[in-house]
Amino acid sequence: MSETHQPTDDGSRDDEFEPVQVFPEAEEMDLRPGADDCYKCSTCDTNCPVAEVDDEFPGPKFQGPEQWRLKRQDDHDIDDSVMKCSNCMRCDNACPSEVPLSQMHNTARGEYVEENMSKLSREYWRNRLLSNYGTMARIGSKVPRLTNFVMGLTVTQVVNEKLLGITGERTFPAFATETFREWWEKRGGAAASRENARKARTRRDDSSADERKRVAYFHGCYSNYNTPEVGKAMVEVFEHFGYEVVVPDQRCSGTPMYANGMLDDAERAAETNVDELGAAIEEGADIIASCTSCSMSLRQEYPELFDFEDTEAVAEHTWEALEYLRVHEDLEDELADASVDSADVAYHTPCHARNQGLDGQTVELLSGIDGIDAHDVGDSCSGISGTYGWKTEHYETSMAIGEEMFEHMEQVDAEAGMTECPTCAMQMEHGTGYEIDHPLEILSAALVDGPEAGGGDAA
Amino acid sequence: MAIEDDVLVIGGGLAGATAALSAAERDATVRLISYKQSTLRHASGLIDVLGYDPTAVAGTGGEREGGEPTPLVDPFEAIPDLPEGHPYERVGLEAVRESLLFFDSVAGDAYAGDHTDANALVPTHGGTVKPTARYPATTAAGIASDPRSTLLVGFETLPDFDAPLAASHLEAAGVPFESRGVTLSFPGIERDDAKITRYAHILERDEPVDSGAGQTSARAALAHAIGAKLADESRVGLPAILGDDHADTVRRDLEERLGVDVFEVPMGPPSLPGIRLEDLLYDALEDAGVRVTTGVPVVDYESVDADGAGANRGQIDHVLVDRKRKRVPYSADQYVLATGGLVGKGVQSDRERVYEPIFDCHVAHSEDRYDWFVDEAFGEHPFAQFGLAVDRELYPLGADGEREFSNLRAAGGVLGGFDAPAEKSGGGVSLSTGYAAGAAAGEEVDR
Repeated sequence: MSETHQPTDDGSRDDEFEPVQVFPEAEEMDLRPGADDCYKCSTCDTNCPVAEVDDEFPGPKFQGPEQWRLKRQDDHDIDDSVMKCSNCMRCDNACPSEVPLSQMHNTARGEYVEENMSKLSREYWRNRLLSNYGTMARIGSKVPRLTNFVMGLTVTQVVNEKLLGITGERTFPAFATETFREWWEKRGGAAASRENARKARTRRDDSSADERKRVAYFHGCYSNYNTPEVGKAMVEVFEHFGYEVVVPDQRCSGTPMYANGMLDDAERAAETNVDELGAAIEEGADIIASCTSCSMSLRQEYPELFDFEDTEAVAEHTWEALEYLRVHEDLEDELADASVDSADVAYHTPCHARNQGLDGQTVELLSGIDGIDAHDVGDSCSGISGTYGWKTEHYETSMAIGEEMFEHMEQVDAEAGMTECPTCAMQMEHGTGYEIDHPLEILSAALVDGPEAGGGDAA
Repeated sequence: MAIEDDVLVIGGGLAGATAALSAAERDATVRLISYKQSTLRHASGLIDVLGYDPTAVAGTGGEREGGEPTPLVDPFEAIPDLPEGHPYERVGLEAVRESLLFFDSVAGDAYAGDHTDANALVPTHGGTVKPTARYPATTAAGIASDPRSTLLVGFETLPDFDAPLAASHLEAAGVPFESRGVTLSFPGIERDDAKITRYAHILERDEPVDSGAGQTSARAALAHAIGAKLADESRVGLPAILGDDHADTVRRDLEERLGVDVFEVPMGPPSLPGIRLEDLLYDALEDAGVRVTTGVPVVDYESVDADGAGANRGQIDHVLVDRKRKRVPYSADQYVLATGGLVGKGVQSDRERVYEPIFDCHVAHSEDRYDWFVDEAFGEHPFAQFGLAVDRELYPLGADGEREFSNLRAAGGVLGGFDAPAEKSGGGVSLSTGYAAGAAAGEEVDR
């Protein structure tokens, strides 16, 4: 602030009043200003999928601003109902007053786990296990066939249910026999991609043929260990547009960790990611995610919760895959000439995609491709919310929330599903038996493979 | 590359949705972009056109009774006499009528009131009656001109609707029927902070509930509890929690079980009838092929001639949408600004000034902020009329009376010159200006 803007007494009118900072500067994260913005319209509560099916959950308005005020009284602990929040973040999108609800929930949940949840309890270790899926997957995927065999055994499900509180109603997603990163290395890594991109630019007569268009792929855990076909599609589509892809070292985005209040785990993972992605940005790359919860985490939760050197730069440079192409290339024009031979799909927008302004995007883009239609199945939440629907005590809530989406999937004229979020995909498959693809797989089939190759597994 | 459409509507409430629908009818490709959820979520779901003569509200004319303004019988008779600058004066009477016809065609059976020009009097949860032009079909059996005796039913866990109090208020207001209120416990709800969506969900899914004598369905249990209190009343009013997507099914089922008409009483925020209206409009947008983007704000714009000097800001080339720390351009031929008023945040204020945050369109207001309000809580507050001044084609005007931009129209609560809560005109202003702005934008593209 320059001196000329300092308030002075000279010339002020009698009724002039300047606000005074009465609270000391907060040492820790202080969300009081956000709490003060809440004018109690309860729009957030009407968007909460958990409160709609379970009146034991007092809703986002309580979990956020009201709890924040209560907590200012020293003898108040965080209410244990915070663990019923599924972290869908729909309340963020609802609030007309820009109260940072999900940030409040993440912070409250972290404090609850830190101070009120026994580190010896089954719940703590179960949650820690689930939220560190990436670590488990790294070990399991070393022997994918054995792991898949063991995880598929009835006895494993019984042990999970009884010992850990992980529902036996769901079947664990199978590990791929070759991870995305293994495929990527075998294919020649960044050097091969640079060459592919250069050829594509020449073929496309791209005026930027000599410049390097470059993106860094944040694949996340799931498309590395479970659905490498999504990662491959991403690489092929971006190379098709002349982008050199690099794949930095990375850890979990942190989403399942916030959802379980494991903020220390999330911070450790975020530090690695911000370091590695920050370095890629220095090298001229933008960050691309294929999972909308990963992109959400890098764009919103990192700057809300952490303060590393490059946190803001990573947030500013992170994009969802289709979003990036739409803004940087004439994607609609390119798709207008493309076709696939695919069945129509029932498309579900993940809640975290909505918060990034991506809700009509996939249906809009796919409607331009000859040979496929994507039918929107409405704005309900799938209900699984990552690790939430895997917990025995939340399984029924998760399925009750999902009921509306299942019904809409069955009403539309399609026998297969599509979404960007891996756990929404699990829920869609679990509720309907449909096979679920990622939009990038259709783009790859339409732009790279040509119509003969078909539209992914669903064709 | 900008994301391109013919018409871009900014704002997702009643005015924005109506503008987008009416532009889409003109064969334009239309996108509606909305940041946070609209004030429809707080709204009663009633579509008021003009409930009170503004001069009667101000005490400078019109009819008053006992110191209070009397409700207008026919809003359309009063519209031609509105002062210059009022949004209805700007669009004209015909546009108001056309927009209501348009609304009726979109709403279909979900709304009633299109059989007459006269205002209906709909009982509210406070036991007052509200003059309104269109009302959800679920409220239709409750209108106050209907002389049938009425039982109002409230629930212990929903303190926003005190049925006995509302019933005595209605009688005190002089309604032509007998009214009685009872309070019950709602089957299937244990906690006193359950959300209205929970009530709606239980009824809509007809969930099994524990009635005390074994499991039964929620609607059967509710009908049973009401039936036990029903004397010779010929209709029953319940708070507006009777379902979400299938409110009509829930209501009809209760009517069959009780053998009398059942109606909903509109509630304060958050409001299911408002949410249902929002759903109805967004379904219509999807059917009309309007592209909808939500959750991200429009934060700025660039003119065609960005380097051009100040005064005439000319033509908008594109707007910038903040998608989590990056600004994505959206371009269109025509733009409609429907971002709402002070509550919807289309008009904002700080200690220095009142302003429209996206395009910085001119908002007339006194320089002294102590002149923005009066001392009486329900007095004639100048801030209630803050908003954009527009010409008769709904182009916002600068302080000099010239159009701010050649391709920006404005509609709904962002407009100035009217006091929606006092004169009960919010819905009609949004509909008529949204309809007219959308139609003109769509036609301009076509040319």
